[in-house]
Amino acid sequence: MSETTAPPLEESKPIQKKKGKAIDTKDEAFYRAGQWQLVWWKFRRHKLARFAMIVLGIFYFCALFAEIITPYDPLHRMKEFAAMPPSNLRLFDTTGKFHGPFVYGIKMARDPVTLRPMYVEDPNSIYPIKLFAKGDEYKLWGLFAWNVHLFGTETGTNSAELTPYFIFGSDSLGRDVFSRIIYGSRISLTVGLIGVFLAFFLGLILGGLAGFFGGVLDEVLMRIIDVLVSLPQIPLWMSLAAALPQDWPQLRLYFFVTIILSIFGWTSLARTVRGKMLSTREEDYVMAAKLDGESEWSIITRYMLPGFASYIIVSLTISIPGMILGETSLSFLGIGLRAPTISWGVMLQDAQSLQSVALLPWLLWPCFFVVLAVLMFNFLGDGMRDAADPYVT
Amino acid sequence: MVNYILLRLLRMIPQMLIISVLAFVIIQLPPGDFLTERINRLKATGLTVDNAEVERLTKMYGLDQPMAAQYIKWITNIITKGDFGYSWTFARDVNEIIGSRMGMTFFISFLAFVVCWSFAIPVGILVAVKQYSVIDYFFTFLGFIGLATPGFLLALVLMYVSFEYFGLKVGGLFSQEMILAPWSWAKFVDFLKHIWLPVIILAIGGTANLIRTLRATMLDELRKQYVTVARAKGLSEFKVLMLYPVRIAINPIVSTFGWLLVWFFSGGTVVEIVLNLDTAGPMLWRALMTQDMYTAGAYIVIVGFLTAIGSLISDLLLAAIDPRVRFGGLEA
Amino acid sequence: MPEQDQNLLLEIKGLRTYFHLAEGVVHAVDGVDLKMHRKETLGIVGESGCGKSISAYSMLRLVPPPGKIEAGEILFYKTPKDGSTNQAEIVNLTKLDPNGSEIRNIRGNYISMVFQEPMTAMSPVRTVGQQIMEAIILHQKVSKEEARKQTIEMLRRVRMSNPERVIDDYPFQLSGGMRQRAVIAMALCCRPSLLIADEPTTALDVTTEAQILNLMRDLQDEFGMAIMYITHNLGVIAEMADNVAVMYMGRVVEQADVSTIFYNPLHPYTQGLHQSIPQLKDALSRKEHKRLDVIKGMVPDPYSRLKGCPFHPRCPKFIAGVCDEVEPRMVEPEPGHTVKCHLYG
Repeated sequence: MSETTAPPLEESKPIQKKKGKAIDTKDEAFYRAGQWQLVWWKFRRHKLARFAMIVLGIFYFCALFAEIITPYDPLHRMKEFAAMPPSNLRLFDTTGKFHGPFVYGIKMARDPVTLRPMYVEDPNSIYPIKLFAKGDEYKLWGLFAWNVHLFGTETGTNSAELTPYFIFGSDSLGRDVFSRIIYGSRISLTVGLIGVFLAFFLGLILGGLAGFFGGVLDEVLMRIIDVLVSLPQIPLWMSLAAALPQDWPQLRLYFFVTIILSIFGWTSLARTVRGKMLSTREEDYVMAAKLDGESEWSIITRYMLPGFASYIIVSLTISIPGMILGETSLSFLGIGLRAPTISWGVMLQDAQSLQSVALLPWLLWPCFFVVLAVLMFNFLGDGMRDAADPYVT
Repeated sequence: MVNYILLRLLRMIPQMLIISVLAFVIIQLPPGDFLTERINRLKATGLTVDNAEVERLTKMYGLDQPMAAQYIKWITNIITKGDFGYSWTFARDVNEIIGSRMGMTFFISFLAFVVCWSFAIPVGILVAVKQYSVIDYFFTFLGFIGLATPGFLLALVLMYVSFEYFGLKVGGLFSQEMILAPWSWAKFVDFLKHIWLPVIILAIGGTANLIRTLRATMLDELRKQYVTVARAKGLSEFKVLMLYPVRIAINPIVSTFGWLLVWFFSGGTVVEIVLNLDTAGPMLWRALMTQDMYTAGAYIVIVGFLTAIGSLISDLLLAAIDPRVRFGGLEA
Repeated sequence: MPEQDQNLLLEIKGLRTYFHLAEGVVHAVDGVDLKMHRKETLGIVGESGCGKSISAYSMLRLVPPPGKIEAGEILFYKTPKDGSTNQAEIVNLTKLDPNGSEIRNIRGNYISMVFQEPMTAMSPVRTVGQQIMEAIILHQKVSKEEARKQTIEMLRRVRMSNPERVIDDYPFQLSGGMRQRAVIAMALCCRPSLLIADEPTTALDVTTEAQILNLMRDLQDEFGMAIMYITHNLGVIAEMADNVAVMYMGRVVEQADVSTIFYNPLHPYTQGLHQSIPQLKDALSRKEHKRLDVIKGMVPDPYSRLKGCPFHPRCPKFIAGVCDEVEPRMVEPEPGHTVKCHLYG
């Protein structure tokens, strides 16, 4: 089952294209391919899903190497540059001379009418944007101390000379919104994954039990699930999250928020598992295994589970976006994660009032990333659902 | 049919039981009971608390009794007297504050529901009939965005856009000067001016979902042989569509009646908070922030009850229009 | 037109219906010529995918997209229903708008169709009566009560037991055979002059099949209609048809009356079909099981279009340089027996 030798599906449809020979070598690869290989081929044909997978791959890559990719420490407060709008990236100066990417130095001024502080570019000072610029010290994954960032303005040691490059501007405390979004993705994008993982265990075990043994157990579990799915999730999430003590350490809070999010996640999975259990139990190959004298355990794990593993994965993928949105909503309302933890929802807390949004509209940037991530997970889920269905070519 | 309704009603009993237990557990979740919490807070502000009063309240809520007894007392009060307890945050009986707000939330959800159905059903049919056309791609794309954008983010962005570009301050249910005014035509118009935005924001997600469902079922049905048979009878294309595939594809849509309302309640909570509406969502939020658990519990029980009623109605509707459900009993 | 055959009902000339798919063009119907007379039963036989059904769909203009009628004429000799005149009006069905009122007036009224799957031919959420009555109301402009009376009468004609009850039943409450009776009632309720039956018994068990076949023959006598019977089952053809057209790869390769097709088949494909029928007496008279003679090879893939005769790669009497070069013309070696094969022309 080596993937490199696999022909793309377009060339290996069972329909004969060339007359004469019934099955050529490429067709043979198609007929011999294993279940996962077929799923993969079908998935690759789904352009949107492939695109989504690439985008999500970039997201998680950035989250993993956040320290290097971000130009600044997400907690670094540059007081002199608080509430600064996104920097203008330039290639030519006012005289038309080419410098490569750079930003002008920034001077603080006051609006003559409203007397509000505002930032004015100083065309006399030029700060080039460098690759692998030296900046804030950090420890990559808490292990390796370093100070090189993928890009940024080199500031030297004198903080007064510093002219920051804020792609998405800075918040009211002078922290770089872009850096915070990248760091925030560490929380926002993993809440869904870990939540799904928890839901997976609950759903698999409970759904599996209900489906395999049936009877009263099945009935009771299904009733409970009926009630749980019929309740509005967000108010319940809110109620549960609000019960979490305010003074807990960040990590524990994160973990419990994830548990709360997965409380509803398991229900749909349990239903899927149960439904598939019931239908595969009737399949001839399971009957054949029984006639061969296989044990119950081996029938479940070796015959039934592989039969619907793809459905489980699809069902898991589909429930990730809901959890991402759940974390964002809860943190946004101030009852999920709290500062100094950085997540997209926590960042949006700053954008709660119309006043702050009107003055600092760039604080809405996390919205874009939330929607993008959810959209990509939806595309991915769609593609996977199509690919996992053995009866759709 | 009578049997079906009776069975369906019977099924609501365990459902309500589970919901009430859930609500009670949530009330009890925060460490310490709310009364001590309250007293501590009062003491911290320098007020003295009358011991007799504390005793009276402890007795009243049965706080000195075991959990199960407390639950029974709480639920009995709700069932027999419709009494949901006292809200410390709002310093009034829960019943008093929750009624009008729930009504408002319900009204907004209902409007969103009407908007959602009246838009999604024709569009869903259209995009299925015109599969792979420009219209189809347009609405599919829009639907994906609609599904991925949670209402409260949309509310945030729309709030900003309408303020920045149109100078409008959206939010609230009424203009400042109208809040306390008695109901009049002018107040009603003012109300409509405020309410359309939350209604549309709420409707968008549900609409996207509905169009997607309807499109998929319609495409399945359009392939069925009875459509060709109907055409072979000489019926006009419009009649063929309406009497055959649409007539069947509409069934699952009718059964969305129950969960769409839940969807609006759920999604509405945060939207209402962002838009600063005086409805049930923000009330729950305030209650939760101040650990006013009786209000929160009442919210959950009432919403649970409403959704149970919603799914009852949609099951009965489905049985009324789909003979397979009617004759197949509960399992169909 | 020099002299018009008074009994002519349907004439198909050079019909071509193609499907334009991303993978290529499928020539589903590729030059079909047929003639049908009033009250005649024409059997159309061929392997699956030979274009039998698409020809029928073309006649009612029901070809599903991306299929399109590319060329040819389908002339229907339409006699007014009110009996005002015997003079038939000739309608070229291929020229009509597939959604227009003219073709819709013909569908179900002059030409009806019974489909293969009785299970899915009716909507599960409407009663049998509703689905039959709508055709009567549409074409005969009668009141609901009258339509209901006619429907019950029609259900009785197809020998449905207890028609007064069945009319208010839903299709899923009926058995397969009952359902096919209801579908036949639906097709015949407006007394069409032509009934197209597209493998109506394939999905039924053998005893039910026999009942339905008998029913159709009786109703044909009663109503005086012509039947175009499409099947891959030569046994059913022998039972039902007056004349037979054999189709292969979108073409009619041989047409004759039923006994000629069975006792004197000319086209090598028809001969091959014959030999592949299991014979009960052969099977019983031999000790060991004899292998059936099959036509060698497979039906070529639908996207390719062979040069010459489409059957040449599988033909036992293949003439090199002729069959793979020139497409055979239709010839008439004996009166009323046409064949498309180089062996005879």
